[in-house]
Amino acid sequence: MQAAPDDTLIERIAHGDRLAMRVLFTRHHVRVYRFVLRLVHNETAAEDLISDVFLDVWRQASKFEARSQVSTWLLAIARFKALSWLRKRSDEELDEETAAAVEDPGDDPEVAMQKTDRSEILRKCLTKLSPEHREIIDLAYYHEKAVEEVADIVGIPENTVKTRMFYARKKLSELLRAAGVDGGWR
Amino acid sequence: MAMTTNDATARQRHDIEALLPWHAAGALSARDAERVEAALAGDSELARRYELVREELGETIRLNETLGAPSLRAMERLMAAIEADAAAAQRRRRWLDVGPWIARHLSELSPRALAWSAVAAALAIVLQAGLIAGLFISERSGKGFETVLFDDGGQPNQGAHVLLGFTPDATAAEITRFLQSHNATLIDGPKQNALFRVRVAERRLAKDDLARIVRQMQEDRIVRFAAPTV
Repeated sequence: MQAAPDDTLIERIAHGDRLAMRVLFTRHHVRVYRFVLRLVHNETAAEDLISDVFLDVWRQASKFEARSQVSTWLLAIARFKALSWLRKRSDEELDEETAAAVEDPGDDPEVAMQKTDRSEILRKCLTKLSPEHREIIDLAYYHEKAVEEVADIVGIPENTVKTRMFYARKKLSELLRAAGVDGGWR
Repeated sequence: MAMTTNDATARQRHDIEALLPWHAAGALSARDAERVEAALAGDSELARRYELVREELGETIRLNETLGAPSLRAMERLMAAIEADAAAAQRRRRWLDVGPWIARHLSELSPRALAWSAVAAALAIVLQAGLIAGLFISERSGKGFETVLFDDGGQPNQGAHVLLGFTPDATAAEITRFLQSHNATLIDGPKQNALFRVRVAERRLAKDDLARIVRQMQEDRIVRFAAPTV
């Protein structure tokens, strides 16, 4: 049996089908959660926010015009909710949280070279990128979103998406070099 | 002329390189994917950079996979909110149905009965205005303003309680959902500073247990204040 496409589920949700809502949630909630968690760095808040995202879907399903993929729509709502949540936090709280979320500074090159696991260093460097850069990398690499979809989600022009990705990767290369690993950019 | 050709080649390579992350993720159109493949076949430096992109992609996926998954609470919270939404919509529908019912019954009344009904309605309005004014005066005279008493079962001090304040933009549906998700019952309020007294357990709780519940409540974005209370 073939699974119902997301668009069909949205149509059913628009007619109040709770089972369709559960199916859509099961299909997408982990990815949406991870996207939100990478932005807010708070597991409880991320869980609450994904409930809110899917509640918006429940309420707005009849207005979905299928101009984008449902997963793109979900990520756009999720991003808006995550940023609103971050804005509501006081600057002080935000600073503390951001500070807590930022990992320790990288090892000096000598120590880093002792680590044979280049992959581990690369992952550590990925966590050190700015939220803007991290977001663009996650959307392209992990969420497999095309340039125009990333533009829709983030609300920036397509050329800016490409430029931002370029600088994100450049920064990643610099972080790798600082950790004693060849970032590959020449 | 040579410089112009070099510039064009460099720009072309830059354009193709900008597409590499999306090519690696399989998120390019067939036409763009073909362009990238052709460029990679004839440019070893570009191919080397593409391998770096693929490495980044692999580690980004691994990093995201380590983030785990949300607990069942997220689904439960969502379904509770949906039920609360549906219940609110049903109440609204019932209320809207009252209009036609009144019109139908009024049209069936005789002119004399209609006149008496109008007098009775006017008296009711005057009486209600008097009650509201009374409440207003008692509030001004410093007796306090106790408006809401919900489901206290006649024993409002039994159990464990939390004093709660919601953010100004919290909607009724959000508050309902919040209370349901914490199995909480509104006991009293709004008190001073728009705070509500809420019962979170039918029996008294250990200090640490109550503190944990308060911390969970504080995490919710619609909560601006939460503290244990008697």
